[in-house]
Amino acid sequence: MRKKWTIGGIISGTIYENIAQITPKNELNCQLLLIYIVSYMTRIIRETMTKIKAENIKKIFKIRSNGNSKNNGNTPNELLALGGVDLSINKGEFVSIVGPSGCGKSTFLDLVGGLSKPNEGNIYIDGKPVNGPGLDRGIVFQQYALFPWRTALGNVEFGLENQNVLKKERTEIAQKYLSLVGLAGFENRYPYELSGGMKQRVAIARALAYDPDILLMDEPFGALDAQTREILQRELLHIWEETHKTILFITHSIDEAVFLSDRVAIMTARPGVIKKEMAVPLSRPARFEDDIRTSQDFVKTRYELWGHLKEEVVKAQQICANTTANLSLEKPVTTLEKVMTT
Amino acid sequence: MANNIIVQLKLLPQRLLAIIIFLLIWEIVPWVGLADPSFVPPASATFARLWELLLSGTLLTQTSISLQRAFAGFAIAVVTGIPLGFLVGWFKTFEKYMDPLLQTFRQLPILALFPVFILLFGIGEISKIAMIALACFWSVFMNTASGVMTVDPLLVKSARSMGASHSDMFKKVVLPAAIPAIFTGVRFAGTVALLMLVAAEMVGASSGLGYFVLNAQQRYASRDIFAGIVALTLLGVIINYILVTIEKKATSWKEDIVHG
Repeated sequence: MRKKWTIGGIISGTIYENIAQITPKNELNCQLLLIYIVSYMTRIIRETMTKIKAENIKKIFKIRSNGNSKNNGNTPNELLALGGVDLSINKGEFVSIVGPSGCGKSTFLDLVGGLSKPNEGNIYIDGKPVNGPGLDRGIVFQQYALFPWRTALGNVEFGLENQNVLKKERTEIAQKYLSLVGLAGFENRYPYELSGGMKQRVAIARALAYDPDILLMDEPFGALDAQTREILQRELLHIWEETHKTILFITHSIDEAVFLSDRVAIMTARPGVIKKEMAVPLSRPARFEDDIRTSQDFVKTRYELWGHLKEEVVKAQQICANTTANLSLEKPVTTLEKVMTT
Repeated sequence: MANNIIVQLKLLPQRLLAIIIFLLIWEIVPWVGLADPSFVPPASATFARLWELLLSGTLLTQTSISLQRAFAGFAIAVVTGIPLGFLVGWFKTFEKYMDPLLQTFRQLPILALFPVFILLFGIGEISKIAMIALACFWSVFMNTASGVMTVDPLLVKSARSMGASHSDMFKKVVLPAAIPAIFTGVRFAGTVALLMLVAAEMVGASSGLGYFVLNAQQRYASRDIFAGIVALTLLGVIINYILVTIEKKATSWKEDIVHG
């Protein structure tokens, strides 16, 4: 028996020797058993490593057709938004989904968030199927979704209230997270008194405050100007390093995806499936260097991703053009009806 | 706070300018003969008469009678309109069935119902209060319902993602989100209450400011007519001011504070 002097080799070697002692009769049998045990263990390890697992997720949307019988034959009443998405994300991993607009990225995120149910397939978190929203997942939306009648502090406290945390403790935690996102001193401002970037910081603090394992981010920086976006991207990396969250990040920017994530998944045009997954070959410290976006690895990864994404974007535009052509017949009717009834 | 008052005082001449000019025109027009002073008394004579009425106590008596009616009707409308508005706004199916009926009822000319109310409730207070209540109700009810229906779905989604229960959703999302719309309805109801009050008091009453104005017309006491109208207008301004102040307090988180 050959022994490899690696840690894995030592472990499997001892296991092998132990097994050989129990059943010394047939070395081949032992080897098969060993292979079985090792593969079983790796599966267990992989499963315990996996935080989010999506299996063959399909989502169908019903399109309202307003009894326009002429059109019923041509346009389907059902729209397949997701056509069987498979994706698994490890604990503490930062995974981005990029895809053309309207491909169902946000739909998928909603499903993981438990805000809607898939028509087919299952999503597991820590091996348990998702049955609605929960405080183990925090969602950050593109449009901030802050409660305008609450101050920054009040907004961050929202999730904690539902966890029955005492008022004093709530305020302390909320203040801690507001300073984590660089908003100490802005506790008593209302959302209308904050800039877009600040609002999104509050939203991130709010999602972090109740300490979910998973952060689901739906194009969180999409509505921000370029400078603010870059600053917040860096801060998100810092926050991620500090808090060790598992992050699922939706974006349409390849640049953003490469800069932030460990792994990038490309989604196809409707019906959305994961077309390709790519690991990003950038070390964590390297990402904080100033010229990272012009480094060879970065540019190469981005270029490759764009190659995969390009045809999907073209396809998505065609789908979009077809849909509007079909809908344009119905649209005036609906609006008119609305006007008449209200 | 003190600073704020000083700023307001500095702005006062500016804000009063238009009113002063209007009063001057009102004063001059009868004097130069553009209008017959016996039909349109000048501003000074009107305010002098108003002062007399205030001193004699007539004004206060009539005003308090009117206010009681307006307030009773207004209160009934608010107390019934807000809960019903929530009901219709919150339960989609309820809204679906009720909407056609409500849309029809909304177009009902309420003044035309007055004879019916008199038949039902007699000529006393109840018919007048019922009319005011009904008119105010639509404003409160419709605005509340639309406020609840137009709650930003993203906020509901966001609250749901943070584990908000049904009752939390109502207390912490729908209610605060609907408050601006509710106040718009309530403020408008305040105006409507006064309008209906005058109408009701002119049609069938023997007291109140509306009756006072109508009675003055029958006596050809033009100064009394105008004094009554001024009193009613001032009452409207005060009521609106009170409602706007409450609204500002309740919606201090809003960027644009609605001016009344």
